[in-house]
Amino acid sequence: MAFLELNNVSKSFGGQRVLSDINLSIEEGEFVAIVGYSGQGKTTLINLIAGLIKPDKGEVSLEGKVVTGPGPDRGLVFQNYSLLPWLTVQENIALAVDQVFPGWTAEQRLAHIDKYVAMVKLSHAKDRLPKQLSGGMRQRVSVARTLAINPRILLLDEPLGALDALTRGTLQDEIANIWQTERKTVVLITNSVDEALLLADRIIPLTIGPGATLGESIPVTLARPRDRKGVNHDPEFKRLRALVTNQLLAFNANRKVSLSRKLIRPDLLPEDLEAPRVNRPPRRPGEEKNEVVVTS
Amino acid sequence: MKSFKIDWLILPLIGVACVLLTWTVSSATWAKDLPSPLKTWEASKPYIMEPFTKRGEMDQGILRFSWYSLVLVAQGYAIALIIGTPIGFFLGLSTTFTKTFDPIIQVLRPVSPLAWLPLGLVLFLGTGKDAGTYGALFTIAICSMWPTVLNTAVGVRAVPQDYLNVGKVLKLSRWKTLTKILIPATLPYMFTGFRLSLGIAWLVIVAAEMLTGRPGVGGFLWQEYNALIYEHIILSIITIGVIGFILDRLMSLVEARFKAIS
Ligand SMILES: Nc1ncnc2c1ncn2[C@@H]1O[C@H](COP(=O)(O)OP(=O)(O)OP(=O)(O)O)[C@@H](O)[C@H]1O
Ligand SMILES: [Mg+2]
Repeated sequence: MAFLELNNVSKSFGGQRVLSDINLSIEEGEFVAIVGYSGQGKTTLINLIAGLIKPDKGEVSLEGKVVTGPGPDRGLVFQNYSLLPWLTVQENIALAVDQVFPGWTAEQRLAHIDKYVAMVKLSHAKDRLPKQLSGGMRQRVSVARTLAINPRILLLDEPLGALDALTRGTLQDEIANIWQTERKTVVLITNSVDEALLLADRIIPLTIGPGATLGESIPVTLARPRDRKGVNHDPEFKRLRALVTNQLLAFNANRKVSLSRKLIRPDLLPEDLEAPRVNRPPRRPGEEKNEVVVTS
Repeated sequence: MKSFKIDWLILPLIGVACVLLTWTVSSATWAKDLPSPLKTWEASKPYIMEPFTKRGEMDQGILRFSWYSLVLVAQGYAIALIIGTPIGFFLGLSTTFTKTFDPIIQVLRPVSPLAWLPLGLVLFLGTGKDAGTYGALFTIAICSMWPTVLNTAVGVRAVPQDYLNVGKVLKLSRWKTLTKILIPATLPYMFTGFRLSLGIAWLVIVAAEMLTGRPGVGGFLWQEYNALIYEHIILSIITIGVIGFILDRLMSLVEARFKAIS
C-alpha cells in the first residue's frame, strides 16, 4: 500500500462529471506534480485529498487509513492563500500552531512560529496584516502556516499561480530548498510545465473534462538541485518538457467542442464622414459575439 | 484649502440660513402659533445655558433630560444586541432556522413602536414593577433589534468558504470556529446592523417617553405641548436631531474601523 492512494475516485457537481476514475499512488517523500488546464478539476482533486469534499465513488487513503474528512495531517496551501485578513502574519500562523500543538508551552509555540516565519524570509513583516503584504509574501505566509503544523503530506494548489514570473521563480527555488530540508511528501498542482519539471520527481498530466482523469506519469530524473537557468540547456529537460507539453496538447486536440472564444465582429455601420476622427474606443453592444469552435 | 472650507462650513451655513428664513417667514405669515427662531431661543435659554440643572421633575436642563433618555436607550439597545446578534447568527448558519423564523421576522419587523408600547405596558403591568420603564425597554429592544438580526445573518452567510476551509483543515472546534473565524469575519456586517439599530432605538425612545410620561427629551416635548409652550417643542426636536446625528457619527467611526481590517 502506497503512502497516499486514490482508488477509482469520481466526483460530479450537480450532474456535471468533473473527475472520473482517478487512480493515484504516491510514495512517502515523493514530490509529485499534477499539471492540467484551468477549470478541469485540479482544485477539486486536491480538495478530495484534503477531505474538504467527499468522492461520489472510490476512496482516498493516507497511510492505509481512509480519508473521511479534513485534518491537519494533510497540509493544504490554498490556491488563493486564504489568510484571515484580521490576523497578522504571526497570528495567522499561531492559529494553526496553537490548534495543532496544544500541549506546548507558549514559548515553544512562539519559537516554532518564528522558525517558520524566518524560513519564508518574513521575519521583518510578522506583525503586518495580510493586506499590507504583496501577493508573493502572502503566498509565503500561507506556505509557512501549512509547514508549521508539520503535516504528513503537503498539498500545494497552484501556489504560485497568481504571481508574476520573477517572483514565481524565486518562490520555486524557496519551495525546492524547503523540500530538500524537510523531505515531505508533496502533491503540487500547477499549470506550468517548467515549474513541474523544476520541482517534481514525477509529473502526472490531468486530462480534459468533463470527467477528467489522470494520464500516464512521467518520471523526472534530473539531478537536484535543479538550476533554473542551467536547466534550459539540458537536453533531458528539453525532452521532458516536449513530452509533457505534447501530452497536454494532445488532450486538447482530442476534445470535440474545444474552446469558446471571444470574436469581434467587423464594424458594418456606414461611416459618418462628419464625425471627428478618433480612435474608436469601446465596442458597440452586439459587436461582440461568443462562438464555440469545433476543432476535431 | 479654500474650497475645503466652503464645503464643510459655508455651504452648511447657507443651508441653516435657508431653514431659519423659511421658519421666520412661516411663523410671521401662515403659522401664527409657530414661535419665531428668536422667541424659541429666548424661551430655550434657561434650558440650554444650565443644561444640567434640576428645578423639578419635569423642569430640568435639556442635557439632563437627554441623559435620562440616553440611559434608557442604552439599556434597550443593549438588550436588542444581546438578543439580536445570536438570532442573526442562527439565521445565517441554519437554513432550517431561517425557514422557521424568517416569515415571522418579516411580519414583526415593520410594526411601529407605537403599536408595541401598549403591549409592553400590558406585559409588565401585572408584574408589579415599573411598567412604564419596562414597557419602554421592551419596545426599544424589539423595534431596534431587526437591523442587527438581519445584517448579522447576511454577514454570516457572506463569510467566504475559504476561511471556513482553513478552520476545517485545522479541525477547529465549533466554538473556536465561531470565535476565531465566524465572528471576526462577520464583525463589519454586525456593526452596520448595530449602527442602524442605534438609530432606531433613538427614534423609539421619544415615542416611548411621550406615551409613558417618563422624564426625558421625549417626555419633556409632550409635556410642553400640553402646557402650550411651543418653543420647547422645537428645542426638543433640535436636541433629538443633534444627539441622533452624533450617535450615528460615533457608530460610523467604529464601523469604519472594522471595515478597514477585513
Ligand atoms: N463546489 C462546486 N460546485 C459546483 N461546481 C464546481 C464546484 N467546484 C468546482 N466546480 C466545477 O468543477 C470544475 C473544476 O473546477 P476546479 O476548481 O477543480 O478547476 P481547477 O482545475 O482547479 O481550475 P483553476 O486552474 O482555474 O484553478 C469547474 O467547471 C467548476 O465550475
Ligand atoms: Mg484550482
